[in-house]
Amino acid sequence: MMTRPLPHAAGPPSQAHPEPVIQLVSVVKTYGTGEAAVQALRGVSLEVAERDYVAIMGASGSGKSTMMNIIGCLDVPSEGQFLIDGIDTSALDEQQLAMVRNRKIGFVFQAFNLIPRMTALANVELPLSYAGLRGAERRYRAEAALHLVGLGHRLQAQPQQLSGGQQQRVAVARALVTAPSLILADEPTGNLDTRASADLMEVFDRLNVAGRTIVLITHEADVAAHAKRVIGVQDGHIVADRRVTAPGALPPYLGRPTVQP
Amino acid sequence: MSPVQVFRFALAGLAANKLRSALTTLGILIGVGSVILLVAVGNGSSQSVQNAISSLGASAITVLHTEGSAGPAAAPTSAASTAFAEPQNLTVQDAQALAQAQGVASVSPVVSTSQTLDNGATSDSGVSLTGTYPSYFPAENDTLSEGSYFTTQEVNTARNVVVLGSEAASDLFGTVNPVGQSVLVAGIPFTVVGELATKGSSGLTSADNTAIAPLTTVQDELTGFGSLNDVVVLAKSSSQVDTVEGEITSVLDLRHHETAADADFDVLSASTLLSTASSTAHTFTVLLGAVAAISLLVGGIGITNIMLVTVTERTREIGIRKAIGATPGVVLAQFLTEATLLSMIGGALGVLGGIIGTRFTIVGVKPVIVPLSIPLAFGVSALIGLFFGGFPANRAANMRPADALRYE
Repeated sequence: MMTRPLPHAAGPPSQAHPEPVIQLVSVVKTYGTGEAAVQALRGVSLEVAERDYVAIMGASGSGKSTMMNIIGCLDVPSEGQFLIDGIDTSALDEQQLAMVRNRKIGFVFQAFNLIPRMTALANVELPLSYAGLRGAERRYRAEAALHLVGLGHRLQAQPQQLSGGQQQRVAVARALVTAPSLILADEPTGNLDTRASADLMEVFDRLNVAGRTIVLITHEADVAAHAKRVIGVQDGHIVADRRVTAPGALPPYLGRPTVQP
Repeated sequence: MSPVQVFRFALAGLAANKLRSALTTLGILIGVGSVILLVAVGNGSSQSVQNAISSLGASAITVLHTEGSAGPAAAPTSAASTAFAEPQNLTVQDAQALAQAQGVASVSPVVSTSQTLDNGATSDSGVSLTGTYPSYFPAENDTLSEGSYFTTQEVNTARNVVVLGSEAASDLFGTVNPVGQSVLVAGIPFTVVGELATKGSSGLTSADNTAIAPLTTVQDELTGFGSLNDVVVLAKSSSQVDTVEGEITSVLDLRHHETAADADFDVLSASTLLSTASSTAHTFTVLLGAVAAISLLVGGIGITNIMLVTVTERTREIGIRKAIGATPGVVLAQFLTEATLLSMIGGALGVLGGIIGTRFTIVGVKPVIVPLSIPLAFGVSALIGLFFGGFPANRAANMRPADALRYE
């Protein structure tokens, strides 16, 4: 099914200035038409480098969910460009967008969004099925991803048999199993208690240390405190962009002397 | 994404709602089962009618006298009509002329009358008494169980002999062999020379409550020498029936100075009856099939309905699948497979149910399966899944992932 090649990125990546994983160029998103038109994004430009760990913060209605939909290739900009790994998504059709989501992006949602009545293992195998992998390799990689998030002992559990924190870790395993360029998490701790939130953020920190690029969307300051870069969104504009540590450095929480990866 | 994987997802989708899947399947099951069963019932009744008719004798042709006589004994030209072709009697001379026609094996002139038979102790009323020639017996597929037929010699000498049908014989003599016994027909004594084997009823009248005597005797003693009721002509083979029918018509038209428009006789053969009966049976089968096809269509609409509900219910799941990389094609394939599986499982069970149903006799008809109806009904049920599942599956495939994920 997945045989059509993705268009190649324009130009070879240079050593000195590594190509950004994602790039938004004057992105405008308008919902509705005419009098009823609402501008959710009013010209947003943003680049996220490889291995960066970015938190996008904003109140509800600020446009951060729209940004997340565009970064996740779930929606397309009305104006401007969105590039992932140098690929301009406006040139892609539905099938190619599905491939981009499958290969380049791992999603973690607030509501976990596991598929009910499927085991944890089957849920994690699902993106690999859509990528066309064979049964044995699917299983091997899915088990590895579940071990990585600390759920190696609950492979055959169904989502309803797992706690919220465990479900969200299954979702993280599903997001990283395809080795995507970007892990995109939309309010991942929104439905979790403090303890489970801390556990989950530790998983994200370790994934970032292991080289994953992460974009978190949140309105909680203590979640954003895990990121290396915090971006504030308000009324469809980027209003703040604070760099905490360099993209190549350790994430702030893991950088503390008491906690070592 | 392999077809096996798509198939697995579809099975899991159906298993998630077992009761709903079972009920939807039931709709198709009933549709397919009733197509097979009702067409088999139609076919069975058509075959039993054809068997009944061909047992009458495939090469026998009956020439019926239709107009121009109030009874066999009535005066031939009593009407004051000035019409060119006066209706005429059907006579023994007509029968002898027909015997000369090409392809004719035998000709038996027939007079018939309803009489009361009496053996002194018991009487049997309403017996159909036929006066004819010995050639009548083979033409009518009659066989003997006792005694013998009367002979041409006995016809020529107008002897009072009679062959009884099995019912008339048992009414009068019970289990006693009637051969050699005497019986009174309208007070005139006859000697029983034979008893016919049981033929069974044809329609409302019994073919066994009969008595057959020489033509001359019956005309002498009972009916007089008016018109014959009919003439039974036996063709040399059943393939010559059509030719002989034409011959009969032209010979009689010539002898009676008439045209097809004012003919005073009718020519009937088993094949004319057969073609009328089979066209009736065909209409019957088509009607039954149409009723069943409608129930299959209703089953198909049931599939659309349930798939629409399923797609709406699983909007969020569709959104998740799309977010993690399911292409529109894969989503379409999954839901189409679900719908087709539903209809094909229903179709397979319907074929089974239909075949089991045809093992029973239904309203007096033994159903006979039309082999073509099985692949046809099953194939249609599979197509119904594709066709009626197509709309909901397409709706699922074209959902925008961002909207589908927001769906509560």
